Amino acid sequence: MVKNDVKVLGAWPSPYVMRPRIALNIKSVNYEFLEETFGSKSELLLQSNPVHKKIPVLIHGDKPICESMIIVEYIDEVWTSGPSILPSDPYDRAIQRFWAAYVDEKWFAAMKGLRSAQGEERKAFLDQVTEGLALLEEAFGKCSKGKAFFGGDRIGLLDIAFGSFLGWLKVTEKLNGVKLLDEAKTPGLVKWAERFCADAAVKSVMPETEKLLEFSKVLAAKMKGAPPPKN
Amino acid sequence: MSSSAMVTANQLIIMAELKLFRTWSSCFCLRVVWALDLKGIQYDTIFEDLSNKSSLLLQYNPVYKKVPVLVHNGKPLLESLVILEYIDEIWKQTPLLPEDPSERATARFWAKFGDDKVLPSIWNAFIKQGKDQEEAIVTAQENLGCVERQLTGKKFFNGETIGLVDLAFGWLANLLSVFEEVCGVTLIDHEKFPLLLEWIQNFADAPIIKESWPPRDKLITRYQAFHEVYTSKEAPK
Repeated sequence: MVKNDVKVLGAWPSPYVMRPRIALNIKSVNYEFLEETFGSKSELLLQSNPVHKKIPVLIHGDKPICESMIIVEYIDEVWTSGPSILPSDPYDRAIQRFWAAYVDEKWFAAMKGLRSAQGEERKAFLDQVTEGLALLEEAFGKCSKGKAFFGGDRIGLLDIAFGSFLGWLKVTEKLNGVKLLDEAKTPGLVKWAERFCADAAVKSVMPETEKLLEFSKVLAAKMKGAPPPKN
Repeated sequence: MSSSAMVTANQLIIMAELKLFRTWSSCFCLRVVWALDLKGIQYDTIFEDLSNKSSLLLQYNPVYKKVPVLVHNGKPLLESLVILEYIDEIWKQTPLLPEDPSERATARFWAKFGDDKVLPSIWNAFIKQGKDQEEAIVTAQENLGCVERQLTGKKFFNGETIGLVDLAFGWLANLLSVFEEVCGVTLIDHEKFPLLLEWIQNFADAPIIKESWPPRDKLITRYQAFHEVYTSKEAPK
């Protein structure tokens, strides 16, 4: 039996963990998925990501690689025989990296803010989320150049970065009674989202919205009961 | 190392329209200045007044409205670390990133750690007072400890030569002593951070790097002003 040389440490609800899994699927690389138990961190995780102690971690041979988008770029650079995740043109690569960073640093930060905010603050976060989606709709038009994905004919870096949040986006829509992606305002993204979720590389790792909804209640209860975080 | 890189006719054409929007002090802009200078690339500089941003800047960076912006043949590039990777991909001389994928991943990891954790924690230590400042200093020093260990056996984060991570941490070399002087606190001492202090010296003394060093007295004035603003507010948290 061949020892499995590629492992992903993670958890099924995490959008960040989805990213390397999608990338490995695109490259048809077999890997072992080691699931962390919710509420605790394994020895392996603490050893392989001592700085952040967070998932996902890719362990390739004996090398740990941390930070989801850094892992995706690593996967693209190592497994060169599979389809490319980043475009070949340096300017297009820069655009994809720019928007991937925007999704993490601005857009999802506003989504997270929405989770616990009330009243005026909640409206402010919702506005930020909606404005962000308008920007991403425009970016989709420019990046896809009429094709199916931000990456063109196939899923690329930015599809992975943004698409991994679609499960939580649907949960947010249900919990808040709002439509974030809608045919009138973000028609391109609506169709893109359907194609992304249906893609072979994504289907098996995208959690069902109902399961995520249940999990979000567990998460909310834990956050209410937990002492305030240190940092 | 002679950094007067051999520039081919082809590269001259690529360089043809390269403009950098920057301010005199921004460490994010300095990363781009250093990267271009290390590679021997010619470019035009446009200094921005952030209190009165040019319409061109707002046109090129509508999302963040910030510097640096590098415009290459009319196409804007945003976010300093994204710009650095672009520069490294177009101009192959004096590479900023190693070739090996796991080493590249490591470099990207530490550059991100610097921006996401180290910089905010040091800024926090700079603007806070009393007990809050003491706690902020502890966090900053924990983060710096991680960074210190990365320099074991190396002159620069990149090894013998300056690379992406060194440029990403350039703000530390530039500003740390300024912060320490303005708020009267020592963040990095010889006992706990000998490698970091040595790196700061090596980086500051490096040819090319030192030619674009913002004047220290201007930095002191600038950060003194910031410090006054922040410490004069009632700090509820």
